[in-house]
Amino acid sequence: MPFYWTLAIIALLCAAGYVLGRRKAVASVGGDKRRLHSLPNFYGMNVALKGAVPAFGLLVFWLIAQPLFVEWRVSSIVSDLAVSEARDLGLVMVDVRRVADGLDTAVATGTMTASEATDIAAGDGNVRERLGAAGVALGSEVSEPVLRAAQRYRALSSTGDTLRSVAVLAVLLLGLGWAYRETDGEFRARNVVEQGVLALLLGAACIAILTTLGIVLSLIFNTIEFFSIYPASEFFFSTTWSPSFGGGSSLGILPLLWGTLYISLIALAVAVPIGLMAAIYLSEYASPRVRGVAKPALEILAGIPTIVYGLFALLTVGPALMVVFGDGGLGWMQAGTAVMTAGLVMGIMLIPFVSSLSDDIINAVPQSMRDGSYGLGATQSETVRQVVLPAALPGIVGAILLAASRAIGETMIVVLGAGAAARISPNPFEAMTTVTAKIVSQLTGDADFSSPEALVAFALGMTLFVLTLGLNVFALYIVRKYREQYE
Amino acid sequence: MTDATQIPSSGAARPAGKSIITTDDRTKKRNAAEKRFRMYGIAAILAGIACLVVLLGSILMNGASAFQQTFIQVPVYLNPEAVDPNGNRDPEEMGSATTFTYKPIVVDAMAALVEERGIETEIDPGDMDALFSAAAVAQVRDRVLANPELVGETVTFNILASSRVDGYLKERVSRDSVARDSNIDAGHLDIVDELRAEGDVVKRFNWDFIFGADASESRPEQAGMGVAMLGSFFMMLVVLGLSLPIGVAASIYLEEFAPQNRLTDIIEVNISNLAAVPSIVFGILGLAVFIQFMEFPQSAPLVGGLVLTLMTLPTIIISTRAALKSVPPSIRDAALGVGASKMQSVFHHVLPLAMPGILTGTIIGLAQALGETAPLLLIGMVGYIATNYPDGVASGFLDPNSAMPAQIYEWAKRADPAYYERAWGGIIILLVFLFAMNAIAILLRRKFERRW
Repeated sequence: MPFYWTLAIIALLCAAGYVLGRRKAVASVGGDKRRLHSLPNFYGMNVALKGAVPAFGLLVFWLIAQPLFVEWRVSSIVSDLAVSEARDLGLVMVDVRRVADGLDTAVATGTMTASEATDIAAGDGNVRERLGAAGVALGSEVSEPVLRAAQRYRALSSTGDTLRSVAVLAVLLLGLGWAYRETDGEFRARNVVEQGVLALLLGAACIAILTTLGIVLSLIFNTIEFFSIYPASEFFFSTTWSPSFGGGSSLGILPLLWGTLYISLIALAVAVPIGLMAAIYLSEYASPRVRGVAKPALEILAGIPTIVYGLFALLTVGPALMVVFGDGGLGWMQAGTAVMTAGLVMGIMLIPFVSSLSDDIINAVPQSMRDGSYGLGATQSETVRQVVLPAALPGIVGAILLAASRAIGETMIVVLGAGAAARISPNPFEAMTTVTAKIVSQLTGDADFSSPEALVAFALGMTLFVLTLGLNVFALYIVRKYREQYE
Repeated sequence: MTDATQIPSSGAARPAGKSIITTDDRTKKRNAAEKRFRMYGIAAILAGIACLVVLLGSILMNGASAFQQTFIQVPVYLNPEAVDPNGNRDPEEMGSATTFTYKPIVVDAMAALVEERGIETEIDPGDMDALFSAAAVAQVRDRVLANPELVGETVTFNILASSRVDGYLKERVSRDSVARDSNIDAGHLDIVDELRAEGDVVKRFNWDFIFGADASESRPEQAGMGVAMLGSFFMMLVVLGLSLPIGVAASIYLEEFAPQNRLTDIIEVNISNLAAVPSIVFGILGLAVFIQFMEFPQSAPLVGGLVLTLMTLPTIIISTRAALKSVPPSIRDAALGVGASKMQSVFHHVLPLAMPGILTGTIIGLAQALGETAPLLLIGMVGYIATNYPDGVASGFLDPNSAMPAQIYEWAKRADPAYYERAWGGIIILLVFLFAMNAIAILLRRKFERRW
């Protein structure tokens, strides 16, 4: 039974359960709804929820567990083959899956009957050719064990699918039946339903925890695997980065960290003065009209996607810098993609981030402090510099740290604007690369996920995650610890 | 009386030169500093706005031309001997004539047109193929297969000009750059100039750029955003369908029901940290969990949508909580007072009142997700050439596709500068969507926001 049908049947039966449950409750009190414990709808919802929740739970669990189970059973068939031909078990399994999919397609398009697909042997007829006729291109001839494994895979999957539908429907009917039986006028349906809804709400809130867990686990497992085939000390302390997928690559993180920090530093050098001064002007000097125009205008910058900034760096800022600093000008720059290009553009991106955070913080400084300062004869700028800014300092430092964490994690601008060469150099007009750009380049393309060259991306991701998380936690800590309580 | 009345009235105690009418040096200095400080502020704001103007200006200047495309009007004689050797006008049998058969026909038609207009050129008639796109031949073939009765007649086609010709009319390709280009000669450009004067070469609005599919690296003149737009659309459906209910449910729990305990603290810390995790890390999560572990199809909008959902959830939760918080407690108290349960007071009264705020936050979250690129790179939505429209809803979610920002990145990476124009044009389309979404959010807020 197709998957969508299962869903449709669950929905239909639950709707029926709702109607029946509601009707039974009303009937149990002779139609006098005032004698029910809860409103009639709650009885219906009780039945529907008790049917749907366990059924969906089982369905989701089954969808995740079945492929794992089938994989495990089938891989035992082909493991001998993998050993005898000295091939990676994972690659053999890819073949098996492809052949199984091919048989499915062949049956679906009618080039093979269902019984043929389950019984065909590598000996009779040319399997590859027949699958090719159905539009399934196979890389190599199908060997007997692979074909048998593929057939086993299909058989297990289809039994699994049938079992899944049966089990889900059984659970659904059990839940519905149980809830229907307990329905009568005395039943405290509202309390039960509200408990259930509360549990669902809690479940939704826990998705945040699951996401974090997913991030941490996927990073940790792959990072551990990486360090089991590549020495950690090399990774953290080597100053060369030269991956080669043929093997023998040198994967030191230092040049990438240097590029990341250098670009972030330039970005902050652009964004912090401009953003901070803009925030000061907007909150201390600007008339409401100027503020009403300038603040949204700056915030447009924050809403522009990073890919746009990336293209801006690659095609506008880079060539413009080349005119001044390139061969025709000062001769410091070899190509448009450089640390300076990416840094400047990232700085522009961060201006609204710094300015709106600082604006909130400066506005939170109480007016009485400014009035006190004016009363002592200070000018407005003296008040800002000597009273308002010191009072707002912890918050501003926090904002700058948050902006730094943004800059470190930014991907598209550096992928397009910073170049691809990993090097440690003090010249900001040279191309360098960053942690994020290398995560992208190591994980895109057809790399084998078990090679150190691909796995290093997870170690880089781990570093990035720890770095940005650390900065965020530190920023929050500073804000909390040094915040003055006015009132 | 106080001391104040006893100040000597002579004024002799005032230091010399200290008048309140003329400013002294120190006051002048302080006033100058004040003025400077103010100028710094104005300069900072102007710098920010200048960046915005330059950014938007370069997008518009570079991208607007992508919406215009050059076409050549050529009368093509559809030689029956070549396109329909069997002579029975059966589209199935005519299908065996490939684009190789059609190419000489179009090239001959082009040469005939040049001769008819009386243009003198040194270009060999066989080299006329530099003028039109490789896609033009397929264009002619498709039309013939769809209308077999045209065979044997001379039909005027609007064929796509090649990207070099298109670039020449848009002033991207100059005669200097042509000198180094092996694909086209200056002689071709002379022909183009003459044909343009005759009205055979026209620039028209390029609908194919908005609705068409992506093309291979060698024919930028044919590439369009349509398929990537659909990919983005299906991704946004996933994001909306998952993040709105989950986000609202989580916010209701945290804002209305959560007890003060460890679990609540952990959830809150997690949400605020997730909001600050770099987007590329979500891409790693998607790759490791959805593609490696759960074996979802690569490049599928479903997977992209799931990753973007996880990324947008914190944004939506934060804005939904703010919207719930702004509903005054008196509403809840009144509902409880007339006998509603806590759950009923929330679902019947608080949630509907908070809805405009929630929707605004959701639209802004969706707009963010629509422009996000980095996680899509890792789950394989780049490098895939989106040339086919999905055939249905299921294949829209599950078949490999691209997305708007991923398509723009893909074009930006290609070597041909003609693709840069497409990338800028793609950005214009993307920004139109983003501005529209933000405008809707602002309108919603203006119309329905209530001050309590």
